[in-house]
Amino acid sequence: MNIMGRADDKVLEGILKTMLTIRLFEERVAEMAARKEVRCPVHLYVGQEAIASAVCANLNREDYVFSTHRSHGHYIAKQGDLNSLMAEIHGKEAGCSKGYGGSMHVVDVNAGFMGSSAIVAGTIPIAAGAALTSFLTKNNSVVSVAFFGDGATDEGVFYETVNFAALYKLPILFVCENNLFSTHLPDFKRQSNTKVYERVKNFKIRTRRINGNDPIKIYNASKWLIERIKRGEGPALLECMTYRWLAHVGHMEDLDVGHRKKEDVEFWKKKCPIKFLKRVLFRRGKISERQYEDMKKGVEAEIERAVSFAQQSPLPLAKTEKAAF
Amino acid sequence: MRMLSYSCAINEAFHQIMESDERVFQIGVGVNTPWYVGNTLTGLLDRFGERRMIDTPVSECGITGISIGAALTGLRPILTFPRMDFMYYAMDQIFNHAAIYNFSLGGHAPVPLVIRAIINRGGEQAAQHSQALQAFFMHAPGFKVVMPSNAYDAKGMLMAAVKQDDPLIFIEDRWLYEQESDVPQQGYTVPLTGAKVVSEGKDATIVASSYMVEEAKKAVESLRERQVQVELIDLRAVKPIDHGTVLASVRKTGRLLVVDGGWETGGIAAEVGFLVANLGFQDLKAPIERIALPDSPAPASCLLEKAYYPTSQTIVEKVLQLISNH
Repeated sequence: MNIMGRADDKVLEGILKTMLTIRLFEERVAEMAARKEVRCPVHLYVGQEAIASAVCANLNREDYVFSTHRSHGHYIAKQGDLNSLMAEIHGKEAGCSKGYGGSMHVVDVNAGFMGSSAIVAGTIPIAAGAALTSFLTKNNSVVSVAFFGDGATDEGVFYETVNFAALYKLPILFVCENNLFSTHLPDFKRQSNTKVYERVKNFKIRTRRINGNDPIKIYNASKWLIERIKRGEGPALLECMTYRWLAHVGHMEDLDVGHRKKEDVEFWKKKCPIKFLKRVLFRRGKISERQYEDMKKGVEAEIERAVSFAQQSPLPLAKTEKAAF
Repeated sequence: MRMLSYSCAINEAFHQIMESDERVFQIGVGVNTPWYVGNTLTGLLDRFGERRMIDTPVSECGITGISIGAALTGLRPILTFPRMDFMYYAMDQIFNHAAIYNFSLGGHAPVPLVIRAIINRGGEQAAQHSQALQAFFMHAPGFKVVMPSNAYDAKGMLMAAVKQDDPLIFIEDRWLYEQESDVPQQGYTVPLTGAKVVSEGKDATIVASSYMVEEAKKAVESLRERQVQVELIDLRAVKPIDHGTVLASVRKTGRLLVVDGGWETGGIAAEVGFLVANLGFQDLKAPIERIALPDSPAPASCLLEKAYYPTSQTIVEKVLQLISNH
């Protein structure tokens, strides 16, 4: 099968901008976390931006996305409202979850971003339930995308869900962001077969393992799979090999802690997805250094607006009633 | 009068609910076999087809999450656990997700999911086929929990449950399936909160729920023959608990016995007992009493089983004690 093809340059520009937005957003959150202006735990997506950005470039607003504790990238890529996200991370009333969720529980239903959970693998079956709705009432025309890490594939509920989705040919794309670690523990200390796609293909669904730092490949592969999923051909799994640059949680790097080596981090930083795509678009003459700088400035301004919005929003007050809502 | 059994009342409710609301579908292990769910789902497969009657793999956690996702995106799933014991497999999706999802997302993601949890015990089925887990669902915030004790309430509460937007645990006891009451044929709803005074009395108050209401009714009759007038309250909903009805009764009788079909520690009796001790202390003429299962898993063999489950006789003795000692 041919999953190659040439992504439209306009689409790639859009992906570049999304990746840049995620990167700069996360770096800004890291700064604020270091200064304790952000108090809730933050699991940052730096280094993995290509996956959310390229997969979501194939989605319509009504398509569903479900996410994890490392939620900001997916939320931004699905075009969730940036101000509400920043406010939620600040625990503010104007946050997307009104300050009841924090960084790990974010939502923007209007954008089709249906929520995230702090429990590993928690939203995978929920995403399949959204796919069931599409199967039962929308003739598979809406796809549901579950983003999760390789750690989630250690959980039993992942296999229960893949089996059910395969059995009913549900319109769901499982996107495994394989960053090689489940918090501190590397894949080979957890899994008898570290290749997620190999384990899952026995459920008789389409599975692919690709370079998770190459947004062009991810875009093309997910486009090909989503087209078939929406035709009712059943679920698929895309395993994207990547690496998170920062700690499991927080703004630090966790260098030389356990199995995480400084040289590995350096190695993966050379495979920066943003630099990669920028270079491709430069080479194709689609974007100049000047245009890139303008794009970056625009994104920075948008993030600063979100920061001011968050900072100016009041903290939610505890209600006197026992009921929260 | 139109007498209908508890299980037939549930079945009738489902036929009416699924006919009137296309968003409703049933999902769960064994929903298309009487072997699991008695006659509660009879005729639904033929009438509504496999797409609305989804008999699933034995993947309790997975199908609970799938039900949550369907509820979140506009459908009204009814998820059945033919034995509550198997709900432990689904604890993460039940407690970490169904109960919490909408709260943690600021009220933007309602989960209108009805979970049918069936208590199926007796008959030497032993510890893992006997459990009544209502206390778990009362304890964790996020659920409405109802335990109808009769056919009329079962139909009406089920019809009300599907119409509202919060996750709800609907607990049935199979020992009630043959219970009959006057059940109107046309659809109706019974409020999902609010206890009911089953019989009035001045000497003592019994608070019961689900199947234990049946045992308590027998005890009330037997006590009446001994000139003891007992007020029997059926909680109907165990979360939220209707404080007002319980407190008003204790104000009148001064004595309280709580009868729970679950285990003793941390159960319904502990909760109701606290409410009355806290808000009705001045009305009490005697210490609050409770009857519940011993803090032990259920045994198998018949005589052990007989000793394990309280009956109307246990209730009679406890009430007589409650009255005579004070």
